[in-house]
Amino acid sequence: MKRILSRGYICIILLLMYLPIFILAVYSFTTSSQIGSIHGFSTENYKNLFGNGELRGMIIGTLLLAFGAAAISTILGSMGAIGAFYSGKMAKGYINTINQVPVVNADVVTGFAVCIALVVVWGIDKSTYIPLVAGHVVLCTPFVYLSVVPKLKQMDQSLYEAALDLGATPFKALKTVVIPQIMPGIISGFALALTLSLDDYFIASYTKPATFDTISTYVVNATKGSQTEIKTALWALSTVIFLVVMITVIIMNTAGKKAAVTDERNKG
Amino acid sequence: MKGFNFSRKHLGIPYGMFLTLFVAAPLFVIIYYAFTNGEGKPSLENFTGFFTSPNTIGTLFYSLSIAVVTSIVCLLLAYPVAYILARSRFKQKSVIVVMFVLPMWINFTLRITALKEILTLIEGNLAFHPFLNTIIGMTYDFLPFMILPMYTTLLKLDGSLLEAASDLGAGRFQTFIKVTLPLSVPGIVSGLVMVFLPAMTNYVVLDMLYNSTYIMGSLIGSYFSAYDWHNGSMISLILLIIILVFTLVTNKYTDDDTSRGGIL
Repeated sequence: MKRILSRGYICIILLLMYLPIFILAVYSFTTSSQIGSIHGFSTENYKNLFGNGELRGMIIGTLLLAFGAAAISTILGSMGAIGAFYSGKMAKGYINTINQVPVVNADVVTGFAVCIALVVVWGIDKSTYIPLVAGHVVLCTPFVYLSVVPKLKQMDQSLYEAALDLGATPFKALKTVVIPQIMPGIISGFALALTLSLDDYFIASYTKPATFDTISTYVVNATKGSQTEIKTALWALSTVIFLVVMITVIIMNTAGKKAAVTDERNKG
Repeated sequence: MKGFNFSRKHLGIPYGMFLTLFVAAPLFVIIYYAFTNGEGKPSLENFTGFFTSPNTIGTLFYSLSIAVVTSIVCLLLAYPVAYILARSRFKQKSVIVVMFVLPMWINFTLRITALKEILTLIEGNLAFHPFLNTIIGMTYDFLPFMILPMYTTLLKLDGSLLEAASDLGAGRFQTFIKVTLPLSVPGIVSGLVMVFLPAMTNYVVLDMLYNSTYIMGSLIGSYFSAYDWHNGSMISLILLIIILVFTLVTNKYTDDDTSRGGIL
């Protein structure tokens, strides 16, 4: 009885979480522009999604921004983590503290602060994309930093010294000894940066050029407008993103399991 | 490379400079703008303006009430999920956990769009229940952020403590109140941190669900659109202070690996 209750509860919550996405997915394959009355099957929404230049440009722009910001954040944050980890108390404390600010801060405040400093005070034009990219790097890098630091703590500290004693230059020792050890942290930091940038609305809306839209800013503007064609094309976009996320998770999970199995074997 | 010996710690310099320029400096800019007026003279107008205007004080209380109700609803819904998942021996447990986390990776504006369509179908006109819809929207958006830290904490719970409690004669309810609940506090607090602050500031959820009442975030948005940097900075500063107090109070109760960085 208890088991049925707890399983039932899990199922209900999962259902509530996924129902809106599923219903939207079903309707994205019809000609209806409103949930509630199903009309004929159609792939028109998907044709619009990939055929409409504006929509396609917005999707490509969002992806470019996310991968660009994530790449910069990963390099900056990983270097920062290594540097701070081996620095003196003062420098380490400073980086640790300031790094926490964007993590605990509300995204609205981060976006507003970046905009006012870069655009209003320093006079950098939004159309240069510098404020937008800088804002996203501010948002993402602290999380890369936080996912690399634990790996540095777990690492055997004498390995680096040993490499130096054996004649490696500091640079080579880092490349061949330290970086492979902290790689899992760097990779999860990159993935986290990617998802943060893709999910962001506030920083983009305060720092983006007027002619550029990310998925988030585009969707918010579209809900205010009344173009049903765009509205239903976004249903298709939601479905596509859901599928991409699901496939990525499945691949990552099976790859993770395989890695765990090989790990076990190597240990045994 | 003469005269400059590369060492590991130099790698931190670019990030240190980046943080100074793009995180620390903007904070000072905010503080400067918050305490000056349009002519660039020092002024407390923005500060007193916020605390004497019934509109802004009303906004503060409205966002606090949304944040409190959302946090409570999320907590009540998420705790049983985290508890059941952590204690269960389902074969596919990891798959189910991933299913609860997966929606976090779908753009939130698209998820709210989906929710909006469903709510419109049920209610007809969204304008009749703005507060209720906002709570539903926020809960829908933030629930995974509440489940995950609590699950992580409950997973680490030492089963022998529960056995000990029952050996010593505690009933199930008593064990839960005296052992499980106190030990899940770090997870609960981490979850609250991740839900409470966004619920006070994420005005997009309100906008998309046609709730035209302002929360703290919408104030920043509207000052931003009006190019009013001074009042916008003051709201940002007030939010920063709330966040700072909140962080200092909750820091004692959280542990490292359940905070927002532990999502992946």
